[in-house]
Amino acid sequence: MLRDMQSTAVVGDFREYHINLYGFGARKVLVTDEEVPYPDGKLIVSRTDTRGIITHCNQSFVEMSGHTREALIGTEHSILRHPDMPGVAFKSLWDDVEAGKIWHGYVKNLRGDGKFYWVYATVIPNVRDGKVVGYTSVRRKPSRTKIRESIALYKQLKAQEGSQWDGPEV
Amino acid sequence: MGWAGGMNMETIYQLTVSPDFTPEHISGWYIYNTWLQRNLGLHFHLEMYDSFDAQREAIRQDKVDLIYANPYDASMLVREKGFRAVVRPIGVADECVIVVPADSPVQKVEDLQPNARVASTDDPDIHLVGMIMLEPADLNADNVQSITVDGYVLVAKALLKGSADVGFFLKDAWDGLSNTVRKQLRPLVTSQISDIQHVLLVGPRLMDSVEDIQGLMLRMPQIEKGAGVLEALGFEGWAEVDHEDTEFMIDLMDTLKAR
Ligand SMILES: Cc1cc2nc3c(=O)[nH]c(=O)nc-3n(C[C@H](O)[C@H](O)[C@H](O)COP(=O)(O)O)c2cc1C
Repeated sequence: MLRDMQSTAVVGDFREYHINLYGFGARKVLVTDEEVPYPDGKLIVSRTDTRGIITHCNQSFVEMSGHTREALIGTEHSILRHPDMPGVAFKSLWDDVEAGKIWHGYVKNLRGDGKFYWVYATVIPNVRDGKVVGYTSVRRKPSRTKIRESIALYKQLKAQEGSQWDGPEV
Repeated sequence: MGWAGGMNMETIYQLTVSPDFTPEHISGWYIYNTWLQRNLGLHFHLEMYDSFDAQREAIRQDKVDLIYANPYDASMLVREKGFRAVVRPIGVADECVIVVPADSPVQKVEDLQPNARVASTDDPDIHLVGMIMLEPADLNADNVQSITVDGYVLVAKALLKGSADVGFFLKDAWDGLSNTVRKQLRPLVTSQISDIQHVLLVGPRLMDSVEDIQGLMLRMPQIEKGAGVLEALGFEGWAEVDHEDTEFMIDLMDTLKAR
């Protein structure tokens, strides 16, 4: 179950946001400017049911999220939703996978301690006996060039959504 | 003659092994084939293909009945050819090591430059994972020079000769190189993806024997001579793989193959 973030969990100076999550409502998140580097050689894997509730994740996912496995399983995947991400990115994710297509994208994720990490994510529908039973996301290490390009793009998209990019720009 | 009497001599099934088998385990697969026939009471012919392309062609022509397959091919076998994965080996991993010459100025993957010469074998899973590990340097199939060689010793040779800037190794093959060779090379990063593995798959003609084959593999260490055969293959044993484990691995491979 998704909860508001508590300042006791966060290390260093933070900004406070109230983000509106689909099927959940407003969530208070606390965000710092500290990036955690992507772990070399690893894939970060999670699976959800058709509503986006986390059903499985690997150890790298747990470690990078800054949450315990118990806190993750059964919770909305938007527990990782960072306020710097434009909402339209996730709309395209859901539009694609619900249409049975693969989605790729660069995502800035929020950790339980307020820090962030960048990933290159691929999400696919899990088809069993011809039916979509859930989704799998596999993330890998993005290049700094791609991260810079994504920041530039997401700044524009945020502006179009009437908000702004507040995080570091490299 | 006891055991031969129970065999169905009419049907000869084909057993084959992913062409990335390590040379020291070839005899192990012949011993395995003999042991399998004796304990299953079915007749198998072991076919060792020397390339993935040749093996895939045989699969397409429905020649294969039992296959120890590379995870890259599991998708085609299960979803297009109706195979079912029954067990995976214990004690072996399909991890990839990215290696440069010891005196290379490259200290981390991100230092590699476009047009880098990349040496690898035709092992599809290792090549795929290797290319993914080059992505942080903005490298991809379109901006590297791929050099495909016939084995990991030749990947090492290409690096030593200076005809490649970076090479991909199966971790076991890297660990198996001599100290003298390894000292002249330097690993940059090793994958840690335990979810991708070789599996033993049963084909449509053998579906009636799926449970027998799975049960036999799981009991192998306890059955006469089974432990010795496993040792010859370099495995500690077999672990059960169920339908969902296989589907999950295929989904995972599909996300990695997608561009
Ligand atoms: C398999 C899968 C993986 C996902 N991974 C992430 C993720 O890593 N980070 C993230 O913010 N959203 C992820 N999402 C999207 C979330 O479900 C959610 O749409 C997003 O966080 C935005 O929240 P909202 O839809 O409530 O606005 C994923 C969705 C699926 C189906």
